[in-house]
Amino acid sequence: MPAIESFYDVIRRQGITRRSFTKFCSLTAASLGFGPVAASKMAYALETNPRVPVIWMHGLECTCCSESFIRSAHPLAKDVVLSMISLDYDDTIMAAAGHQAEAILEETKEKYKGKYILAVEGNPPLNEGGMFCIDGGKPFVEKLKWMAEDAMAIIAWGACASWGCVQAAAPNPTKATPIDKVIKDKPIIKVPGCPPIAEVMTGVVTYITTFGRLPELDRQGRPKMFYSQRIHDKCYRRPHFDAGQFVEEWDDESARKGHCLYKMGCKGPTTYNACSTVRWNGGVSFPIQSGHGCIGCSEEGFWDKGPFYKRLSNIRQFGVEKNADEIGMAAAGVVGAAVATHAAVTAVKRVVTKRETEKL
Amino acid sequence: MVDGIQVAGVSDAHGARAVERQTVYVYEAPVRVWHWVNALCITVLFVTGYFIASPLPSVPGEASNSFLMGNIRFAHFAAGQVLAAFYLLRIYWIFAGNAHGRQIFYLPFWSRDYWAGVAHEAAWYLFLAKAPKKYVGHNPLAQLIMFSTFTVPLIFMIVTGFALYSEGEGIDSWQHKAFGWVFLIWPNSQEVHTLHHLGMWVLVTFAIIHIYAAVREDIMSRQSIISSMISGERIFKDEAAD
Repeated sequence: MPAIESFYDVIRRQGITRRSFTKFCSLTAASLGFGPVAASKMAYALETNPRVPVIWMHGLECTCCSESFIRSAHPLAKDVVLSMISLDYDDTIMAAAGHQAEAILEETKEKYKGKYILAVEGNPPLNEGGMFCIDGGKPFVEKLKWMAEDAMAIIAWGACASWGCVQAAAPNPTKATPIDKVIKDKPIIKVPGCPPIAEVMTGVVTYITTFGRLPELDRQGRPKMFYSQRIHDKCYRRPHFDAGQFVEEWDDESARKGHCLYKMGCKGPTTYNACSTVRWNGGVSFPIQSGHGCIGCSEEGFWDKGPFYKRLSNIRQFGVEKNADEIGMAAAGVVGAAVATHAAVTAVKRVVTKRETEKL
Repeated sequence: MVDGIQVAGVSDAHGARAVERQTVYVYEAPVRVWHWVNALCITVLFVTGYFIASPLPSVPGEASNSFLMGNIRFAHFAAGQVLAAFYLLRIYWIFAGNAHGRQIFYLPFWSRDYWAGVAHEAAWYLFLAKAPKKYVGHNPLAQLIMFSTFTVPLIFMIVTGFALYSEGEGIDSWQHKAFGWVFLIWPNSQEVHTLHHLGMWVLVTFAIIHIYAAVREDIMSRQSIISSMISGERIFKDEAAD
């Protein structure tokens, strides 16, 4: 028996038959969008690869990522945590506490140097030497850097770790900073969302544990398989958008008929996530389906791109909050008035000069 | 002013006299075509762009009976791509065309004469100078305004426009490969939408100034302006030097 058990060893011990195991492999391969060959590759990997040790740390955050994660239906979070990965440290859900818990970090860092995954929920605040988030007696930023040194890769869970989220919203008093701005020398996969969809989280973990590498990422470091399209591109209300059918008031006829929420400030057209395909709570629904626009929670600085209920964002650079139309129309209006005045002065001046020349 | 003279070969009923005037061929055909294509495209882009951001009132009936928003967006994307294609041709013409074709693509930033020219033209516009100077191409102030509020913002609009368009075309499209880097500068495309929208207002403001200045210069300056963008010929109204 190897030093660390494989996924297959663990589930067999739990009484799962080989038949169920191969079924799981083909199902997962299908859900990740791979061809039929991938199922056998996946089975081979899960049988032979030792389980990947995962350290799950919490910085400035609200634990909504963990809350989402434990509700995953395909695969069940229990299977991920107990079988697929070796979740060695997660201070919110682990039994150990205090020095006992901190000792695990030390041990993992030594024993699995360069082999463990560091999953980070939340982000480190950098102001005042990181004193706004103390974890185990140390600023979180120090703990993060220390554990990142020997990690194979880092998963940045949620909008906090990926972009900064609410604690980084203007004026960002604690200087909360996303992971990729603090750790520069490790591969980082961003799984944004507030929280990310449970199945997206477990899907990413499944991929990494199965293939031993990160999935293909887009330019911004997000897994392409879940974040390559906007909510808008796969929204079931899209035909209403193209037709020009919009909800104008929350209680109008269009709202009842389920028309497009674009005018109500839906951020679907600028938000990359899998909500409109994977949906939430085991595929039951997602915000737009329940009649509320998307607020763009998986996008950078979404708190500062509001209001949530208007299409045009406010611009704060000019002292007062105005949107692009208000600023543009004011500028065009001022220039238009100036032009009209200038034209009038020109005309008057011309008449006057003409009279003067005639007198001469 | 030149006295009226009879021009050989010109006949009229009243024995009226024609005035001989200097003309210079300034705007070559590609430049003129570009100008009017721009005028048309930007008008379409402004109207459709405005209605993309603030759509028309909701269309009643079944979704299958209407494609209003789709058509507005199509017109916007089509006009945008025509604009971009002509901009590329125009860039080619910077090198292939005459010296006047280059004028709005640079600023003689280090030239003292140039800034003196800007100051004089500004004084003329502030009713401080008695008479304007004669210019074959754009006057220095016009060059400054065109470069900073038209030539450069138009590049910005084309680049951000293609970046936003690439979102619908998909992450593997050539548009995303070529323009997706915009989202490294502004990761949230909502921000890019806002900037693209502000850019529209820069161009609207430019259009107001541009049209006013063209009409005013045509009347007040010492050379033709509006007809020059149709015929290409710059006609000088007097023969006085400077």
